[in-house]
Amino acid sequence: MGMTIAEKIIAAAAGVESVKPGDIHTVELDRLMSNDGTTHLTIDMYNKLKNPHIADVNKLVWIVDHNVPCDSVKTAASHKKMRDFAKEHGIKFYEGEGVCHQVMMEKHVTSGELIFGADSHTCAYGAVGAFGTGVGCTDYLYAMVTGHSWLLVPETLRFNLTGKLPEGVYARDLILTIIGKIGANGANYMAMEFGGEGLKTLNMSDRISICNLCVEAGAKTALMEVDEITLDYLKEHGREPKHVFKSDEDANFAKVYDIDLSTIKPIVAKPHFVDSVVDAKECVGTHIDEAFLGSCNNGRIEDLRAGADIIKGKKVHPMVRFLVVPASADVYKQALYEGIIDTFMEAGAIVMNPNCSVCWGSCQGVIGENEVLISTGTRNFKGRAGHKDSFVYLASAATVTASAIKGEIATADMV
Amino acid sequence: MGKIFKFNQDVDTDQIIASQYLLFPTIDEMKAHTFESLDPDFAANVKPGDYVVASENFGCGSSREQAPGVLKALGVKAVVAKSFARIFYRNAINIGLPVIVCKELHENVEAGEEMELSLQEGIVRVGEKTFTCTKLPEYMQGILDQGGLIASLNKEES
Repeated sequence: MGMTIAEKIIAAAAGVESVKPGDIHTVELDRLMSNDGTTHLTIDMYNKLKNPHIADVNKLVWIVDHNVPCDSVKTAASHKKMRDFAKEHGIKFYEGEGVCHQVMMEKHVTSGELIFGADSHTCAYGAVGAFGTGVGCTDYLYAMVTGHSWLLVPETLRFNLTGKLPEGVYARDLILTIIGKIGANGANYMAMEFGGEGLKTLNMSDRISICNLCVEAGAKTALMEVDEITLDYLKEHGREPKHVFKSDEDANFAKVYDIDLSTIKPIVAKPHFVDSVVDAKECVGTHIDEAFLGSCNNGRIEDLRAGADIIKGKKVHPMVRFLVVPASADVYKQALYEGIIDTFMEAGAIVMNPNCSVCWGSCQGVIGENEVLISTGTRNFKGRAGHKDSFVYLASAATVTASAIKGEIATADMV
Repeated sequence: MGKIFKFNQDVDTDQIIASQYLLFPTIDEMKAHTFESLDPDFAANVKPGDYVVASENFGCGSSREQAPGVLKALGVKAVVAKSFARIFYRNAINIGLPVIVCKELHENVEAGEEMELSLQEGIVRVGEKTFTCTKLPEYMQGILDQGGLIASLNKEES
């Protein structure tokens, strides 16, 4: 029996010929990413171990991105603990460099790797064909100390893409459509694999956006077939692939979906579930108080360009706060160079330093009681962006920017 | 015997413990805010030995281990749901919080009823009613039996 990409990566990491869904294997991990969401707890547990040590410090990357710059004395203590520990042990450490997954994509991840990240959106790394999966701090600590972990081999859902997204429709609309179709636990415990001719029309930013959001369907990981676009991206960033895997002809998929990209439309996910998706036109006219363009899902240069093209020469609605948050320092610098930051500031947007921002609701930009946010962030759960009685709509950079101009949900063709 | 606290489907980890509390220094300082958006009185009312009963996809969303962490710190004996999101499921087992799949329980019990769970038998009893649970895979039961992943690591390393 042939294997899928996820199965091949696990087999390689386990040092065995073949694996099948349901098997549990001990796997060697290539990289271990942790951010300020849980690292302080990892350190506390580490310090209580009988025999505390790090298997291979070169595998570790720690990134402060959730609350940066720090917003309270309690957070400052947690950050200091992380910073001091990283320095003491020689752990690769970033602070203010960007959202962890964007930093990992720009600087570390390569094809065929198996990566644990103490953050659910670690599945983003599948954009270059790496098996990234989110774990908690106990799993992280175990892997940090031993260099390995256990993994249950997931079944794979295969998505064959054909055609090309229409003008004004984005990868974000595509993945929200897919999540709406299969549901919030439609891929629970599974891998989501993407391939086909249509994949060649999607750039690396699109691919990150798609893989990143797969956890919102419950997926353990997301994986894209490696192609010229992947190899060019790695080369530009000075990296070589570890393995280039493709699913075998006779690989066993739990289900195969054929998706014609040309049929995708602008989409909005309504409060309070990511799978609560509708045609964006159905939400047109919904009042908003704030708009957010940023996050590991949709804060790359391509997203900022899409927003800037729409808002150039126009103004943010006077009753709306429009937060623009580049996903990394590199993205920010590129946006400065292209005049995009100027465009947003001329329009009246609030441009912030790279960080997770309001996407996770414990940072500058949180919304108050009964307020409404339209966001390119990852989630729209109840209270996710601030007050427990507030509302988050998810949409593409284009729809978010158009809405910021109108003061109500609008699509790009309306401004 | 413990009291049932009942929740519906797709309870995400932001509802279990919201983002603004995650960077508090310890789980003990966070636990008073458990389920704040869904049941603000939960942390005050739950007693050690009580149970959380939920429908499908419990614990979806963020990988924050603080979610099973606060439930365990409040003394919740087990979470029994129709299904769990995978990261929460794995995290709970790793910290030694039993997470039990039971397809029939949620629809057949009310909040506030007393229930008893036998982990060995895989059976839930509520009054006269008995419900059979899905057994944990042997590997994960092993982690739970040792008191969680760190306890098992300390054993391996000693």
